[in-house]
Amino acid sequence: MLDTFIQMFSYSFMLRAVIVGVLVALCSALLGVTLVLKRYSMIGDGLSHVGFGALCLALAMNVAPLAISVPVVVIAAFLLLRISENSKIKGDAAIALISSTALALGIIVTSMTTGINSDVNGYMFGSILAMSTTDVYVSIILSAFVLVLYVVFYNKIFAVTFDENFARATGTKTGMYNTLVSLLTAITIVIGMRIMGAMLISSLIIFPALTSMRVCRSFKSVVVTSAIVSIICFFIGLFISFAFSMPAGASVVAVNAITFGIFSILGIAKRKLS
Amino acid sequence: MKLIDCQNVYMNYDSTKAVNGVSFSVDSGDFLCIVGENGTGKSTLLKGILGLQKVNSGTITFTGIVNKEIGYLPQKTAVQKDFPASVREVVLSGCQSRGFRLFYTSADRKKAQKNIELLGIDGIKNKPFNELSGGQQQRVLLARALCATDKLLLLDEPTTGLDPFVTAELYRIVDELNKKHGVAVVMVTHDLKNSVQYANKILCMEHDGDFFGTVDEYMKTPAARMIFGGGTNA
Repeated sequence: MLDTFIQMFSYSFMLRAVIVGVLVALCSALLGVTLVLKRYSMIGDGLSHVGFGALCLALAMNVAPLAISVPVVVIAAFLLLRISENSKIKGDAAIALISSTALALGIIVTSMTTGINSDVNGYMFGSILAMSTTDVYVSIILSAFVLVLYVVFYNKIFAVTFDENFARATGTKTGMYNTLVSLLTAITIVIGMRIMGAMLISSLIIFPALTSMRVCRSFKSVVVTSAIVSIICFFIGLFISFAFSMPAGASVVAVNAITFGIFSILGIAKRKLS
Repeated sequence: MKLIDCQNVYMNYDSTKAVNGVSFSVDSGDFLCIVGENGTGKSTLLKGILGLQKVNSGTITFTGIVNKEIGYLPQKTAVQKDFPASVREVVLSGCQSRGFRLFYTSADRKKAQKNIELLGIDGIKNKPFNELSGGQQQRVLLARALCATDKLLLLDEPTTGLDPFVTAELYRIVDELNKKHGVAVVMVTHDLKNSVQYANKILCMEHDGDFFGTVDEYMKTPAARMIFGGGTNA
């Protein structure tokens, strides 16, 4: 097993996948706690579908994938948030509308140009081969941006998530922080979906938060635990994918699902004992 | 000293009229209860004072305080039911009204601890908020509100869902904050009995016109006589 482990790092594409994956796992876990608690879990799913559409477009236009998908997904994030705040259109229905439309557009563009080739398949279900060296640098910079902003605004994010009305009443610009969270989510999703795939990236946002909430009872411990759980699950998932030649994204999700089960049992045991 | 002066305030709830030309004022040291039937715009008016909702016409003037110096006890939200947060984290989050700071200062922590002790929740400060009883949760939210202010508390139906004993206890705590610590209180409530016992002013919002005045004046109104009986001519 150790041999396989060392072997895994001898491939430069694996090393790139590990670097980007760990950063994405960390960012998505942090943001996931807020999104899950605010009942915005589906926004992650919606954005990843929009991201898929944008990547297909980039492929058809033959331009760098991140250059197109980052701005498109960021704009979609703003739109989705506006719609969620507007009580006249129900948020979940609007997300379903936008995400399926984007998916459809992506497939139409693809069928008119390249057809469903391995690149498009990679966008759907993820590919560890997808990362170029430039992508790695861009990902590192964007992840650092997400992490720094999250730490800087940690207390504000807590206040706005826990009680938006109270936060607004005491002078916090809650709209700004909601926008910030959706902006950071958009960036994280675009980076992460290359490895995890458009269909699977939202699990990286939802699973770690829910897993840590089975056991932890304070906000800080939930945030820290979900970050750790997320990174470990990604690592194990990637290792399994390498050792048994399984798709990376699916393996990571499977490991996350098992961990969720284990934490659920731990949580029940903890409550029984106390 | 006058803290808030509302003149002829009109507000909408969704697109229907909710608050119809309400005028009242809050002085420092006041304990004002806002009572009235459902749908007469009590909570909407509170949101107008807090700047959470637009005031259509009329004026709300603050003197001696700025509006983010108000401690607010909102109605419970669905999010809080399964929100993982310790009591200490919730109380500390009240210390954010003075602009942007990266982390809480030691002064913030001291203030939070002081309010935790003041409300008698020191023993449960590391417990998760969502596992507390309704009365304990309201104490925690009161402590948080006090971190944001020491001048004026706005409470939106704080006794909803509490049993009579815990309700009485909450009134006693709010009364103590008012009388002993000089915090002015504005409370939206359905609990007329406790209102007339603890408050010094009543704002009664009804569909056919409002009443604003002292408790003694309120007890002389026909509406109050109907509820409390003619005998209690206080």
